[in-house]
Amino acid sequence: MSKDDLAKEGFLDPIISTASCQLLSQGAEARVWSGEFLGRPVILKQRFKKKYRHPVLDKHLNHSRLKQEVRSLLKARKLGIPTPVLYDVELEASTIYMERIAGCSVKELLKKGMSPADRHSLGRKIGQLLATMHDGSLVHGDLTTSNMLVRSDSQDLVMIDFGLSSISGLAEDKAVDLYVLERAFNSAHATSVDMYDAVLEAYKQHSRQWCPTLNKLADVRMRGRKRVMVG
Amino acid sequence: MTQALCLGIEGSANKIGVGIVREDGEILANPRHTYITPPGQGFLPRETAVHHQEHVVSLVQQALKEAKVAPKNISCIAYTKGPGMGGPLVAGAIAARMLAQLWKVPIIAVNHCVGHIEMGRIVTGARDPVVLYVSGGNTQVIAYSEQRYRIFGETIDLAVGNCLDKFARVLNLSNDPSPGYNIEQLAKEGSQFIELPYVVKGMDVSFSGLLSFIEEKTKELLASKTATPADMCFSLQETIFAMLVEVTERAMAHCNTRDVLIVGGVGCNMRLQEMMQQMVEDRGGELYAIDERYCIDNGAMIAWPGLLAFKQGQFTPLEEATCTQRFRTDDVLVTWRD
Ligand SMILES: Nc1ncnc2c1ncn2[C@@H]1O[C@H](COP(=O)(O)OP(=O)(O)O)[C@@H](O)[C@H]1O
Ligand SMILES: [Mg+2]
Repeated sequence: MSKDDLAKEGFLDPIISTASCQLLSQGAEARVWSGEFLGRPVILKQRFKKKYRHPVLDKHLNHSRLKQEVRSLLKARKLGIPTPVLYDVELEASTIYMERIAGCSVKELLKKGMSPADRHSLGRKIGQLLATMHDGSLVHGDLTTSNMLVRSDSQDLVMIDFGLSSISGLAEDKAVDLYVLERAFNSAHATSVDMYDAVLEAYKQHSRQWCPTLNKLADVRMRGRKRVMVG
Repeated sequence: MTQALCLGIEGSANKIGVGIVREDGEILANPRHTYITPPGQGFLPRETAVHHQEHVVSLVQQALKEAKVAPKNISCIAYTKGPGMGGPLVAGAIAARMLAQLWKVPIIAVNHCVGHIEMGRIVTGARDPVVLYVSGGNTQVIAYSEQRYRIFGETIDLAVGNCLDKFARVLNLSNDPSPGYNIEQLAKEGSQFIELPYVVKGMDVSFSGLLSFIEEKTKELLASKTATPADMCFSLQETIFAMLVEVTERAMAHCNTRDVLIVGGVGCNMRLQEMMQQMVEDRGGELYAIDERYCIDNGAMIAWPGLLAFKQGQFTPLEEATCTQRFRTDDVLVTWRD
């Protein structure tokens, strides 16, 4: 993308020009680039203007999500949840710089094919990590298998993409968080739902508040089933 | 060889429709009748069922006449099994069972949501899009994989159309032709953007908090004359449609798909189509949208998937030709796609 194009979208080019980077993904709200900074592999995540959104709403969302992502990346580290190291934030360019994790997303791993035993142990890892996160009142907001990476060297699980996260101690919010993940498994990985069972099993063992949260999860599920669907 | 014809009956909500569709996808007739309630009032199951019973026979006659076919040319009858309102659904199912026995043809139960999707695909020619299904009772982001329409995102409380209908009642807007249509028209005159709660969780959305907020806020702002009803409609549409476009885009990124199909009654809203178009263009894809003839509940959308199943040799035994108010999109085994 050229400087002119960026300017047209109302953006300054980040200090490391995206021209020298490789576009990894264009998600619903951000472009993610891979580049180098001081000889280190970095990720640039730039939130861009959405033409379809009212400018007031767009600015508000981009700004608050960028701030929330930064806050929660730091909060997660404090809780002992592995996340990419944050290098820098450029508000004017709506860009976050962070450590590039060498590895694969859980989604990619599943697509490549995993043995039932590997699925089970990775599912348990995910469940334990979510328990710690939720016990620390951090709710992710977009739990999918593309937002969990596995380091290729240590096999550590790393959480990313905290733009929709929030701080909440409410069982309801944590339950919806799990429900989003459950639905991701049911839709995108219909053949690997056994992995989600392992997630819940480990969550139950490790979360101090597993009881209210899993009870609420049952409620949230029922709401989906009971809803009248007319029209 | 003559082509198979299917007659479909839809009556899951406040519309009763009868459609006749030919094997090549040609829609020969598709008349419908809408039960319209006074402003400020929603439709109730019992009255709606009576409305459907009163109109279904004449609609069948009208459809046969428009299609210029005789009952002996009809190969099968399709009807809406669910989801929807109990009474109105039963009214449609009884008519379908009666015709199947009278004309001695097989009967096929159809899922209403799958009807919307297949109708959208045949009318627009979309091959494998992410589907946004938005109506009075449903809000779902759907993609096809391995013989099922899988739900990637949905509302965790109210449906978008339901939210619009309830807000129309706050402003006492007319239900003719629909509350959503009247909000859309009024919104065109709005200019002031009032910030409203915006709730997206992954690929799911939530509207209930937004609805209670705007109900209160509207009373307050209208009383103090700081905003007009048009401003409120404008702000509501801008906010909820942005949420819908965002979750659709998230599903596209997740499934690696470029095209979008919008179906369901709210899908004929031009502002929603325009916003979706902008998003899809930026991703180099194509938006497939349909107008009110096919977006809004109708008989052809039931006849067409009925015919697809019929060609696969799938029928519903008469004693199993019942209705169910809750019937999820992903419960249906889609045998006609690979
Ligand atoms: N720190 C990182 N290291 C390696 N890959 C990353 C990193 N951050 C993001 N990615 C890759 O980019 C994709 C999109 O990033 P993400 O933060 O999830 O943005 P979005 O909000 O668009 O989903 C991820 O699914 C992952 O494949
Ligand atoms: Mg992501």
